[in-house]
Amino acid sequence: MNRAIQFYRTAIGKKFVMGVTGLIGIGYVLAHMSGNLLVFSGPDAINAYAHFLKSTGKLLWIARAILLVAVILHIVAAVQLTRQNRAARPEGYANREPQVSTWASRTMRWGGVLLLIFIVLHVLHFTTGDWRPGGSYSKTDVFSNIVVSFRIWWVALFYVVSMIALGLHLYHGAWSSIRSLGVSQPSRNPLNRTIALGLAVILWLGFTLVPVAVFAGFIG
Amino acid sequence: MNLRLRVWRQAGPGQKGQMVEYEAPDISPDMSFLEMLDVVNERLTEAGESPIAFDHDCREGICGSCSLMINGAAHGPMKGTATCQLHMRSFKDGDVIDVEPWRAKAFPVIRDLVVDRGALDRIIQAGGFISAATGGAQDANAMLVPKTAADASMDAASCIGCGACVAACPNASASLFTAAKISHLGHLPQGQPERYLRVASMVDQMELEDFGGCTLYGECQEACPKEISIDTITRMNRDFIVASATR
Amino acid sequence: MELKARIPAGPLEKKWDRHRFEMKLVNPANKRKYSVIVVGTGLGGGAAAATLGELGYNVKCFCFQDSPRRAHSIAAQGGINAAKNYQNDGDSIYRLFYDTIKGGDFRAREANVYRLAEISVNIIDQCVAQGVPFAREYGGLLSNRSFGGAQVSRTFYARGQTGQQLLLGAYQALERQIGLGSVKMFPRTEMLDLVVIDGKARGIVTRDLVTGKIESHVADAVVLGTGGYGNVFYLSTNAKGSNATAIWRAYKKGAAFANPCFTQIHPTCIPVSGEYQSKLTLMSESLRNDGRVWVPVKAGDKRSPDAIPETERDYYLERKYPSFGNLAPRDIASRGAKEVCDEGRGVGDGGLGVYLDFADAIKRLGDKVIRERYGNLFEMYQRITDEDPYKVPMRIYPAVHYTMGGLWVDYNLMSTIDGLHVIGEANFSDHGANRLGASALMQGLADGYFVIPNTIGDYLAGARPEKIGTDHPAFRDAEAAIDAQTKRFLSIKGKRTVDSFHRELGKIMWDYCGMARNDAGLRKALELIPKLREEFWQNVNVPGSDAELNQALEKAGRIADYLELAELMCRDALHRTESCGGHFREESQTPDGEAMRDDENFTYVAAWEYAGVENEPKLNKEPLVFENVKLSQRSYK
Ligand SMILES: Cc1cc2nc3c(=O)[nH]c(=O)nc-3n(C[C@H](O)[C@H](O)[C@H](O)COP(=O)(O)OP(=O)(O)OC[C@H]3O[C@@H](n4cnc5c(N)ncnc54)[C@H](O)[C@@H]3O)c2cc1C
Ligand code: HEM
Ligand code: HEM
Ligand code: SF4
Ligand code: F3S
Ligand code: FES
Repeated sequence: MNRAIQFYRTAIGKKFVMGVTGLIGIGYVLAHMSGNLLVFSGPDAINAYAHFLKSTGKLLWIARAILLVAVILHIVAAVQLTRQNRAARPEGYANREPQVSTWASRTMRWGGVLLLIFIVLHVLHFTTGDWRPGGSYSKTDVFSNIVVSFRIWWVALFYVVSMIALGLHLYHGAWSSIRSLGVSQPSRNPLNRTIALGLAVILWLGFTLVPVAVFAGFIG
Repeated sequence: MNLRLRVWRQAGPGQKGQMVEYEAPDISPDMSFLEMLDVVNERLTEAGESPIAFDHDCREGICGSCSLMINGAAHGPMKGTATCQLHMRSFKDGDVIDVEPWRAKAFPVIRDLVVDRGALDRIIQAGGFISAATGGAQDANAMLVPKTAADASMDAASCIGCGACVAACPNASASLFTAAKISHLGHLPQGQPERYLRVASMVDQMELEDFGGCTLYGECQEACPKEISIDTITRMNRDFIVASATR
Repeated sequence: MELKARIPAGPLEKKWDRHRFEMKLVNPANKRKYSVIVVGTGLGGGAAAATLGELGYNVKCFCFQDSPRRAHSIAAQGGINAAKNYQNDGDSIYRLFYDTIKGGDFRAREANVYRLAEISVNIIDQCVAQGVPFAREYGGLLSNRSFGGAQVSRTFYARGQTGQQLLLGAYQALERQIGLGSVKMFPRTEMLDLVVIDGKARGIVTRDLVTGKIESHVADAVVLGTGGYGNVFYLSTNAKGSNATAIWRAYKKGAAFANPCFTQIHPTCIPVSGEYQSKLTLMSESLRNDGRVWVPVKAGDKRSPDAIPETERDYYLERKYPSFGNLAPRDIASRGAKEVCDEGRGVGDGGLGVYLDFADAIKRLGDKVIRERYGNLFEMYQRITDEDPYKVPMRIYPAVHYTMGGLWVDYNLMSTIDGLHVIGEANFSDHGANRLGASALMQGLADGYFVIPNTIGDYLAGARPEKIGTDHPAFRDAEAAIDAQTKRFLSIKGKRTVDSFHRELGKIMWDYCGMARNDAGLRKALELIPKLREEFWQNVNVPGSDAELNQALEKAGRIADYLELAELMCRDALHRTESCGGHFREESQTPDGEAMRDDENFTYVAAWEYAGVENEPKLNKEPLVFENVKLSQRSYK
């Protein structure tokens, strides 16, 4: 136990946690995105899918628990790391020019905050139904929930913007996590992150399509 | 050519400092950056002002003494080049050049552009070695070292301990420096017995010295005069994770 | 004074072995009771401090840089010799010994040099054990290259950064001892005086370069590994901070200074580019393995190198020294360059340069191999000159590089002051009148790892120094003297900067005590230097205070010492009317312009004894006896 605590005390330990929880997140969003895309095959498909998920009962709660713990750990570690890293340079430079660090890597922290806001609102929106921009909400008709809300321009916009944040977050995160975990292989150009870029684009597109398509009237 | 410098001046440890402007007229493009500062200092001294203090020694890019943040880049604009090997031909007439010391909690400023990098020595002290007291070594060829291992080790071993990685890192992390030593010794058969003990103690020391953690910005690799790869950091992470799981 | 060399009796091959048996030992439990001061963290000092710490002595170690790892040894590029004969090309301890003695033009002690060759073998073993990443063959065996002055391949190397890797090995061993508490490290601390009490070295006085605090340190023995004094020439391949202060102040406290005029001018350095030049950069001698040295046949030929046909090129080293060719020893290669430039055949603007051409090697071996071997050197060259040596030949010119002279030491590396030991470049011991490439690293590590740790025990066990404290008047006086000197520097408030004096001194030394020396020139220098010294003390401008980091003040102290040392060098050069190794007296050359020794009158070590700044130092002679090699006129033809 205190071996684990000792490990977590170090920055490498915290990054390990961020990496693992981050990868869990990636796994989840990949699955979630593919599920979402069922809206293109009509109401029944996605409603059935949603119904199937709910029918798994226990499993669903286990998954939710894992996700919840992951997000919390991810955030806690992020906050602690950010604190440590800020403290490491009390007096800044009058002039510093980032040379190779990506904009994505430099916006992880704010991007993360936006993602947090998104996730909270999002769960209130579709899962609990406490937030009803479109007025109506149905526990069973996921399809209409989607259509109703994304017809509203600012709801759609909020989602689209959040998905940009997600894309950026993963453009850096998907690349850096495997390094934090020490599993990436040595390479000629370690800064190359084509795979991460691919992943980020797929997720960004996959998610963004839905609100856009609904708003544009292709769905519903 | 004629330049304008903005240089960090600070009288002593813990005192307040600020950026001060200096004209640097008729500078030759063939001068090294430090020779340019020499010229400025000669003029300052003759004018009865105090010359700018900066660390330097070998002026061959190998001792790791020189340590200037030049226009927001550690060791200046030229890749794989220490400040002392940077030449004025990398600048053009009329340029304004900002010169600052390495900035990090672990590197307190001593005077002007001179900082205390003792933290790096203490990281080596914690485990950056192979315990092989003098005498008793077997014949050098008794142990074969594959060329690939020797080369990988040498790539990391070329670290000059300048601290530019810390200076360039937005988190002021000493990860590249520490990882370079861990890779240097970790790639060699001689380094295996202490491999995990080494990484554990060095990383712990790095933490104690108030450096930041690595969040993979990659700036250090770009600033490193020896172009040491951040793959060494991945390796350090791996070894540290293994060490923590097994220690 | 009397110079007791303490060379052990018996046959050459048995001397060191036998000596180690005959030396007194300090029992392990008592070692902790003895304190040793080691000044310097280079290959000599670093290795010594680490090893003495391992043995259990109570060590204090000093360097002026901010970290022991930055000692100038770090800059060594080419490699380190060892008589391993891994290449099976006929090398042996005896051959390394012979090459070194001959390379030194028969002005070194047989016994010391043989011990060096013997120990060379253990050095490589030790360094590999420490994790020094020497170059390897694909099979995993160590790889070797050849170096000047030898016809066997015995040089071990780590890319172009051999000194760095060897020093890091010693530095890591040192840091380990610091961690274990057996060594206390004082970085950014400069030794300013040696304290001698009843004829024994009992400590040093230092200045903390950050706070300016003057402090005393007591010990039972003092070891100086403070490096060479090549910077007396202002422009040299040495680091800016390299200085003679430690050995010079020891000299003034009674340590004899041996062969001060023996300086090595390295043939392959990047030529001077302007007035502002602050130091010269060495291009490792290893380049001469594949590079061919040439100049145009015609004087004043200003065509670009590629426009000059083979027939109009003079590969003068290959022409004059067919058997060694481009690998002729340094002193010879340097004088060769000077000659052709004096004939007006030099290249580059200013005409002070010769070509080092890789075209053939690249044709023969291909770009890749050359990049493998010299990549980082080529880059360094291009960074400095803005020319690409893969395309245009390098321009090189000789530069001051190494000082064979230094404090006189006996076989135990102890100076003429009891308890004061001197190792590495700071002593005079092993290289005679000229040092062969890749042999200084060897000597530094031999002294530090293997000689001093043995011989210092013998001294301590014999001398049993009694306990004293820093309150002893001798320390108080030394501190007061240092303080007075510092205050004096700051109070002059003259017109000229310290550097301007250093530059002027350097010019005098280069012109009159450089590659070629003659009676008239040296006498001229002996007039100019005291004048310059006088002006220095009248007119130097040292800004700032003594209670802070003050780099001008540090320099002032070093230049003040150089201004005295320079005079001793000229005096030594003047008295030695023969030519030998790096010391070339124009009066003494063979018909075809080679250095001509005068073994009749000069087969001795000139050990100078201090007699006050304004008085002539006293010359003591240690005759050199050669029982094993027979003195021959050195020929590399
Ligand atoms: C550019 C270059 C390349 C070289 N290449 C080779 C090579 O390839 N092969 C080879 O064999 N040799 C080579 N040499 C020579 C060799 O590097 C040196 O002779 C050798 O490293 C000297 O080691 P050292 O320990 O005696 O002194 P140094 O390494 O110079 O160490 C001197 C130490 O003394 C300390 N010091 C000095 N004065 C004081 C003081 N007053 N107070 C406190 N501390 C002080 C310094 O801080 C430093 O730690 C090269 C030399 C140069 C300049
Ligand atoms: C819930 C709000 C979130 C916050 C506040 C947040 C914050 C952060 C921060 C600050 C980092 C940078 C860590 C560092 O290297 O310093 C980071 C990394 C990362 N994040 Fe997030 N994030 C959040 C959500 C997510 C989500 C939803 C995912 C996945 C879909 C994710 C995946 C990752 C990954 C993979 C990394 C890289 C971890 C590493 O480099 O080891 N994050 N996160
Ligand atoms: C435009 C993009 C998105 C759409 C259209 C969308 C749609 C939905 C819908 C309809 C649900 C409810 C499913 C149900 O109750 O059966 C849901 C749940 C959820 N979504 Fe999304 N989502 C999107 C993006 C995201 C992203 C980027 C994340 C994470 C970073 C995310 C995380 C979640 C979570 C955690 C739940 C709750 C799952 C549960 O516990 O039941 N969603 N989403
Ligand atoms: S890793 Fe590179 S930048 Fe960091 S100290 Fe070593 S040489 Fe300097
Ligand atoms: S810049 Fe800093 S964040 Fe890591 S990759 Fe380099 S140490
Ligand atoms: S001064 Fe030595 S590396 Fe720059």
